[in-house]
Amino acid sequence: MARLAVIGASWGGMDAVARVLRQIEADNRLAIAVAQHRSPDTDGILVQFLGRHSTLSVVEADDKDVIEPGRVYVAPADYHLFVEGGTFALSTEGAVRFSRPSIDLLFESAAEAYGEELVAVVLTGANDDGCRGVLAVKEAGGLTIAQDPSTAERPEMPEGAIGSGAIDLVLPLDAIAVELNRLGAAERSRS
Amino acid sequence: MARSDLEALELRLLLDAVYQHYGYDFRGYARTSLKRRIWRRIMEEGLETVSGLQERILHDPDVFERLLVDFSINVTSMFRDPTFFSAVRDKVVPVLKTYPFVRIWIAGCSTGEETYSLAIVLREEGLADRTRIYATDINGEVLRRSKEGVFPVERMKDYTRDYLKAGGRESFSDYYKTYGDVVRFDPTLVDNVVFAQHNLVSDSSFNEFNLIVCRNVMIYFDRALQDKVHELFYESLVRFGILALGHKETIRFTGHADDYAELDSHEKLYRRLA
Repeated sequence: MARLAVIGASWGGMDAVARVLRQIEADNRLAIAVAQHRSPDTDGILVQFLGRHSTLSVVEADDKDVIEPGRVYVAPADYHLFVEGGTFALSTEGAVRFSRPSIDLLFESAAEAYGEELVAVVLTGANDDGCRGVLAVKEAGGLTIAQDPSTAERPEMPEGAIGSGAIDLVLPLDAIAVELNRLGAAERSRS
Repeated sequence: MARSDLEALELRLLLDAVYQHYGYDFRGYARTSLKRRIWRRIMEEGLETVSGLQERILHDPDVFERLLVDFSINVTSMFRDPTFFSAVRDKVVPVLKTYPFVRIWIAGCSTGEETYSLAIVLREEGLADRTRIYATDINGEVLRRSKEGVFPVERMKDYTRDYLKAGGRESFSDYYKTYGDVVRFDPTLVDNVVFAQHNLVSDSSFNEFNLIVCRNVMIYFDRALQDKVHELFYESLVRFGILALGHKETIRFTGHADDYAELDSHEKLYRRLA
């Protein structure tokens, strides 16, 4: 199972995620899953936007999609995205702390499925989604990264993640991309 | 044994116990969501472990009934995905109009939002009088709520917006009456609806349908169970009958991928070929 990166973003997240993805190298062998808070009726717009900023193929995750390296999967609006084994699963269970997709649920399920092979990234946002998620990731031996709050459009979410005590690296967006490229290159030499 | 392995073992034992004692088979349900619902029940019963819940469930049928409700409720809304209901008007209704009598199966109707939405569309399209909808769910309590057609008044603003987006032609508020903080939908909307208990996992086909609607129900099943349910739907559709799935579901992975033509790929409307 190739390594997986999960990215959680909220307020200001579209531009932040795009900025990271734009710098991901085309032969990066990470699989990337993105949970971005947004209005339920933004069907497909985020995928199109991110697709324009990425050399990797960007898709909205379908239920039971097999997780493949070198692809970016976006949690569909108004669904929770879970990782189960090597596939995605979707759910329309109620919003968790007002959010669907919930970053916590993506991170927690991915932590269980990927353990040490997971890297979790918390970007800009004005709430505390992701806080519980990064704890699960850390506990399962994964790597945790938060955007440097002073560089975030809204600092609350990365601050919350850092405050949980489970964050390994605090980095600005461009350095996060560098880190993901480093991990993706290591993945290449492994496979 | 690691904690997560122990939990996996406890979950297996619980699902086996439920199956053997109550006859409900949840062993093919997708794990993450199932586990969340089980843990919610554990908390609400004031318990601490999956094994603890198993003990309670085996000795107190009321606890099992509550778990069954946890498993059957999927949070949805009226006219969820308005474009789907527009597609029903534009692409499905013309097909249904070619039949003298129409049978529709809403499989996994949960608390009824989708049933009422579809009933409204059929009435506006002049099809209600010659249509029978079979709205089924695994859980009797959920069906009872479905039948009542009572929903929170605070949702009506969103529902009205989505009703209009879905091509609604009337004043949405004519379909319900407000009683304090709830509304009750016009009971004649469901005059031609049969609410019945049916378990997709273990029950067989019970009729032939022109349209089967099963949106965001099978996302809670694992691949093997999804295959099995797709077999059931294929058997239950008339030739050229229509299958409607959720936006993020696909028949690509199932054994019947080649037995349907796409009627609308974005709306996940499929037509049985032969």
